[in-house]
Amino acid sequence: MTQDTLERPEEKQGRTGHQITESNTDYLTINLADQMFGIPVLQVQDVLGSHDVAHIPLAPAEVAGALNLRGRIVTAINVRKSLGLAERSTKKTTQMSVVVEHDNELYSLIIDEVGDVLSLDYSDYEQTPATLDPVWRNISMGIFRLENKLLVVLDVPKLLDTVNA
Amino acid sequence: MDDLIAEFLTETNESLAELDNDLVMLEQNPNDKDLLSTIFRITHTIKGTCGFLDLPRLEKLAHHAENVLGRFRDGDLEVTQEYVTLIFESLDRLKYILGEIEANGKEPEGDDADLIAKLDKAYEGEAIQGTTESANNAATTSDDDDSAAEEIEDAVFSADIDVAAPAETAPQAQDTETLTARESQVANQTLRVNVGVLENLMTMVSELVLTRNQLLQILRHQKESEFSGPLQRLNQVVSELQDGVMKTRMQPIGNAWAKLPRIVRDIALELGKKIDLQMHGKDTELDRQVLEMIKDPLTHMVRNSADHGLEIPQDRVKAGKAETGRIRLNAYHEGGHIIIEISDDGKGLAVDKIRAKILEKGLATEDELASLSTSQIQHFIFKAGFSTAEQVTSVSGRGVGMDVVRNNIENIGGSIELKSTEGKGTTFLIKIPLTLAIVSALIVETAKERFAIPQLAVRELVMASENGKSRIETIKGTPVFRLRDQLLPLVDLRSLLRLNDIEAASEYEGGDGAAIDDDADKPKKLSEDSKQINSDYIVVTQVGGYQFGIIVDRVYDTEEIVVKPVASILKSIDLFSGNTILGDGSVIMILDPSGIAKTTGDVETSETLDDQDAKSKVVDTSKEKTSLLLFEAGDDTPKAVPLSLVSRLENIHPKDVEGSDGQIVIQYRGRLMPLEPFNSNVRMNGDEEKPVLVFANDEKSMGLIVDNIVDIVEDVIDIQHNSGQSGIMGSSIINGKATDIIDVGFFVKQADKEWFMPDEQEPFSKGGEHSVRKNVLLVDDSPFFRNMLTPLLNVSGYNVTTK
Repeated sequence: MTQDTLERPEEKQGRTGHQITESNTDYLTINLADQMFGIPVLQVQDVLGSHDVAHIPLAPAEVAGALNLRGRIVTAINVRKSLGLAERSTKKTTQMSVVVEHDNELYSLIIDEVGDVLSLDYSDYEQTPATLDPVWRNISMGIFRLENKLLVVLDVPKLLDTVNA
Repeated sequence: MDDLIAEFLTETNESLAELDNDLVMLEQNPNDKDLLSTIFRITHTIKGTCGFLDLPRLEKLAHHAENVLGRFRDGDLEVTQEYVTLIFESLDRLKYILGEIEANGKEPEGDDADLIAKLDKAYEGEAIQGTTESANNAATTSDDDDSAAEEIEDAVFSADIDVAAPAETAPQAQDTETLTARESQVANQTLRVNVGVLENLMTMVSELVLTRNQLLQILRHQKESEFSGPLQRLNQVVSELQDGVMKTRMQPIGNAWAKLPRIVRDIALELGKKIDLQMHGKDTELDRQVLEMIKDPLTHMVRNSADHGLEIPQDRVKAGKAETGRIRLNAYHEGGHIIIEISDDGKGLAVDKIRAKILEKGLATEDELASLSTSQIQHFIFKAGFSTAEQVTSVSGRGVGMDVVRNNIENIGGSIELKSTEGKGTTFLIKIPLTLAIVSALIVETAKERFAIPQLAVRELVMASENGKSRIETIKGTPVFRLRDQLLPLVDLRSLLRLNDIEAASEYEGGDGAAIDDDADKPKKLSEDSKQINSDYIVVTQVGGYQFGIIVDRVYDTEEIVVKPVASILKSIDLFSGNTILGDGSVIMILDPSGIAKTTGDVETSETLDDQDAKSKVVDTSKEKTSLLLFEAGDDTPKAVPLSLVSRLENIHPKDVEGSDGQIVIQYRGRLMPLEPFNSNVRMNGDEEKPVLVFANDEKSMGLIVDNIVDIVEDVIDIQHNSGQSGIMGSSIINGKATDIIDVGFFVKQADKEWFMPDEQEPFSKGGEHSVRKNVLLVDDSPFFRNMLTPLLNVSGYNVTTK
């Protein structure tokens, strides 16, 4: 477990939480059911294509299973499920996932697809609208207004905590 | 050399090296307060430790050096090059003495009066100039100076004789040379490494082990490969590396015991007891992680022994024991495990008290208790909230003890056993794995998913066939298995992990769905509400004293696996103790046998007889109380029959009795049951209902007609007189009256000549004597015969163990 922290000490701040500030606006964009999300790029450890996921019996529904990432065991989270979205109908499309670290453990967030890394303008940042679905409001750190889309900043620790609870 | 001294040397040498640097910096930077206090603190520590270890020469020198440093720190004395040189000189002298201690185990001869005098001069001299307060002392100090000067001369003189104690700066170079050489020796022997680095190393080695496993697996599939040679070598090297790294994590168990003497002493004082704590095998090494985990349980158990186990001196003397109680700790290696024994020669576990407590707490009923062996009852102390201490002392007795101990030990894959004889003492036997990081595990498969079961918990593997003796039977859908005449509770992994749902939901076509249909006709089909068992392997698993079987589909190899903790979001699932990556790179879950046992059944009250229990039974049968049914038949003498032999009591009306094949029979539960009057005096006549004792074995049953059922009592069968009358085994005093113990065997043979035929009986005698009585191990799958033969054999002068 200590292996990666030793190699990449800068990742520590990712685990302790992310602050949206003017100097900290690089996001990896991901798509889930036509909604764009952003994960602070410093929290991202890896982006994976489809990967063999071993089923874990009795695990919460959001847990898709476990996978072997270069000798480390990563718990796969079905983000669609934890956001209350329907399963994807077509199984053919390749699954992608983003690996993040939380409390010294690795999690792979299974999402639909991964986009680019965007450097966003802090002036486009907005607080999460109060009227948003409570589940979503919980995992959102705010919204960025893009040209023709809105980007929800994903609060990764909160997302993982909802699975935990 | 004493461990303590060795450690002190390493530490002090390190501190001195640090001091060297600090002093140089201080010289350049005389006003750095922080630096000064650091230097002061280090010197102070050295001084303190020396005093503690009884090294007067070191202590004295360090003390005087500290004095001077103290003045620096207080700002009374200016830091000049001259003074710093003086301090350096003192440090060098300290190093020299340390070197001598390392070489010879004691301080060298001679003293450091020269240096001390100089140090004092520095200390005093400046003080006179610096502060007016001490001016009054001027006279005395100058006196001191004189004597100090003399001392220097003395020292120079002695230094000439004793080359090893150079007085002035000239021989200093040589001095330091000898020092550095010795210093490095100590440094070579021990090295302080951050635990994090070691942990990291361990992780890397674990990965290496996995990769090696992977490579070996690939190699196995290739017949001829030029890789095989190098891979074999790699295999060997990795194994050795693994051992080596593992060793770095090893610590002697003595570290976990260090606090115990003090704890025991305090308890002894508080409770007025005399306790001798003996510790053996202190040097037995085990993994740091394991050590941390057992530290508290061990302390707790020793505390328990001291508090509850040992009696106060008066009681011990009364019981004919030495005044001083003994607690003995013993640790040793045994086949990849560490065994820790904690024994005391105290009063042992009071079975009666435990029994009463069990009833009071409602943990079991009287009936249940009656069927439990002494050892099983004693094991109740591992239940939550169980304490027999009448008074809750400050030390223990709050009843939050042994269950926590057991949990802690089982959590690390260990087990705990208990042997206790009332009046003699108690022994706990803890078995724990050497390390937690790498364990060997059995890989099994159920519903196309693989799982690992730690080898430590696996007793044996049994293949269940579909028919014949080794088949899985069910009681209301609960699978059980007869394993050598013991009923083994089974856990079906498929239903436990709810793998069926997954299978049903999976997209596989034909595969499993069809298989279930195929099996549907087979006789082992269970009742509708339970799931189909189509697996054949039973992994017999043991957790503490509890044995159960896990039904799996397939069994693969045993593999060395690296245990990785499960993600925190999965921690709530008790059934897994971790996960791991197999040789082929797939991730599988490690099953936690104790978790399974807890989820599926109650560990303590399950009917398991281990060898210990059996042994205690051997000793006890001659005195053990038996439940007896008292009745009257024919005459006034009360008759008795062991209650366990009687399956039912019925009242039979004469009009229901029919004759068949020259025998009187009755229609009983859709069958004909032969009836036999106890003797010719007992007659079925008139309208009067008669009680009938029904004896049954498998399909057969018979009824014994008697006159009156009197009572059910518990007493010891001790047959003292045998009249030779058929149907009577002999007479015994039951309930204060001479009572005939009837011979059930006689009556059942009367009723059915073939009663004994189909059942094979394999009694064989176990050699060896137990005092005068011989021991017999009676093996029979029918409790009926076991119960009946036991008293018979008892009468013939055997101690009987039934299986």
